[in-house]
Amino acid sequence: MKINMSYGSGGALTSKLIHEVFIKYFNNPILNRMEDAAVLKVSEKIAFTTDSFVVTPMFFPGGDIGKLAVCGTVNDLTMMGAIPKYLTAGFIIEEGTELSEIEEVARSMANTAKEAGVKIVAGDTKVIEGNGGIYINTSGIGEIVKTGISVAHCRQGDVILVSGNLGEHHAAIMSKRMEIENQIVSDCAPLTGILKELMKEKVPIRFMRDITRGGLATILNEITDSSHCGVVIEEGNLPVSAEIRGFCDILGLDPLYMANEGKLLAVVPKAKAKRALAAMQRSKYGKNAVILGEITEGNSVTMNTRLGGRRKIDLLYGEGLPRIC
Amino acid sequence: MITLEQVIKELGSYDGRPIKIMEVCGTHTSSIFKHGIRSLISPKLELISGPGCPVCVTSALYIDKLVEYSLMEKHCVLTFADMLKVKGTTMSLTEAKAVGGKVRMLYSPLSAIKLAKEEPDTQFIIAAVGFETTTPIYALIMEEVIKSNINNIRLLTSMKTILPALTYICDNEKGIDAFLCPGHVSVITGSRIYEELVMKYQKPFVIAGFEGEHILGAVYEIVQQITEGSFHTKNLYPSVVSVEGNKKAQELVEEYFEEVDDDWREIGRIPSSGLRLREKYHSYDAGSSFAASQMDSPKGCRCRDVVLGRIHPVDCPLFHKVCTPMNAIGPCMVSTEGACGIWYKNGGKNQ
Repeated sequence: MKINMSYGSGGALTSKLIHEVFIKYFNNPILNRMEDAAVLKVSEKIAFTTDSFVVTPMFFPGGDIGKLAVCGTVNDLTMMGAIPKYLTAGFIIEEGTELSEIEEVARSMANTAKEAGVKIVAGDTKVIEGNGGIYINTSGIGEIVKTGISVAHCRQGDVILVSGNLGEHHAAIMSKRMEIENQIVSDCAPLTGILKELMKEKVPIRFMRDITRGGLATILNEITDSSHCGVVIEEGNLPVSAEIRGFCDILGLDPLYMANEGKLLAVVPKAKAKRALAAMQRSKYGKNAVILGEITEGNSVTMNTRLGGRRKIDLLYGEGLPRIC
Repeated sequence: MITLEQVIKELGSYDGRPIKIMEVCGTHTSSIFKHGIRSLISPKLELISGPGCPVCVTSALYIDKLVEYSLMEKHCVLTFADMLKVKGTTMSLTEAKAVGGKVRMLYSPLSAIKLAKEEPDTQFIIAAVGFETTTPIYALIMEEVIKSNINNIRLLTSMKTILPALTYICDNEKGIDAFLCPGHVSVITGSRIYEELVMKYQKPFVIAGFEGEHILGAVYEIVQQITEGSFHTKNLYPSVVSVEGNKKAQELVEEYFEEVDDDWREIGRIPSSGLRLREKYHSYDAGSSFAASQMDSPKGCRCRDVVLGRIHPVDCPLFHKVCTPMNAIGPCMVSTEGACGIWYKNGGKNQ
């Protein structure tokens, strides 16, 4: 069955959609009250963020727009040292969308939210003209467990860690769009588990960021700008699977600039680097974590190449891949 | 047998006469940055980019024609990604798209056929731009179009061949001592095509792949040939490049296309350097033009000198100041294979 404009009327069909899909899957006491706003109890210090998702195609190997919408906001909160607690979800649905697709997206959101330990406590649905597309906005709050994380806090001698293989979400989306058959799966995943493991080890995280659009290279350049330092990374340590490497060679892509949806970069003091690495590798989505490089003097990002040469790593220029998340 | 360490050591400490090596292909230019090759070799060994970016040498009037087609009712332009951002005299295909032009990305030849079948009322115009590596793809499309009796695909061609351009450079640009030949093009053409250039110009022509080791090996080979004063074609990419090349691809191209004198943006007319549809397939041509169309470069832009290997992109007064990928003045800054764009993205101003 396809969605038409009357599902957005605010009347009976809207109510049917909300109850038979969203309430059914997101089901929790706060949402189920169906008041104008969710009433929440939180600790003193919270992180609060929002993100919108327009990825095409809506379903791709390793995930879908729903999973992405939960992970995106969960990960942004996590990167600020917060344990994500509550999300809102706003849906803009184009007429012509199959009801079964909306249901699949909602189911996926519910599963991901459960895994990430968050509740979807408020929402909104609108229907617009179009040809079968779903756009999702999620906002979320999380309770701060580690303060002082900032891109401006990196210091000379600190160590840079990356939680796993690069380029997988980017390559999965591109493969689906280009109808290339391969085994590449998006890395889309909630990263709260990594923060929890790092906290267990009492790692004094200086900076943490999920490696999304713009790729690793962009974040490294942000570090040099904000912390007034240099960065040196080792090409030999760059975590990239053989399949992604082959994909990049054929299409002229560089994993340093590709988007991920389940990878983070962390900067920690050198003395805690091994402990941080072990903590990451213990968590579900950090098994391939590596120590990639360190914070140095200077003001630019350099990579020591496999052959012993040096390469300057600049920002991503141009558009990257549109509608990747 | 010499090891990689020895090659790096010798190239790093090279102190003979300065040698200027032209890498013809943009993928090599990227790879030189990617592997930090310049930081490994002596400053006396200069690597300079050449004319090997098909988009950079495509005439602005050709792009105008694509833009015009994209804006025509019931027409749609199919193109590989690189052509989207290059400006014609008025706008680029991306800009045309923003004002309602119909432009779609071509990912594979068969996707064009599929589209044409799905939308029989749309006239598809394929932007057939490229060197020897891509021309077989257009020949393949032609074969499929004829086999499936498709009548809503036509080609607007601006296909070029690299050998006449290398000949032009050897004749007119005296400063180039050796050539790092394009690996992908050589897969199709074979290594044989460089023989006559070696004979005539007495310079090394070395074919290499795109890994750092390949490029270092090629530079080492060039240094050896120049030191010994004995020049020949050397194929260091034998796993995929043969003497004769890909016969099947060559035959396919031969069936549909023929040589024509063609205009290169920034360079001018080069004899027998273009390909057009043969007479019997003219009904599939969307009005391709091979007339001289030289236009003045934008003021201050030195793309011509970049394409001909006279200067590095950083030597252009506009580079990084007014000309950036976000606001490209010349074509070499736009394309992913253009030397200026590659230098810019790799922080070339500091190299």
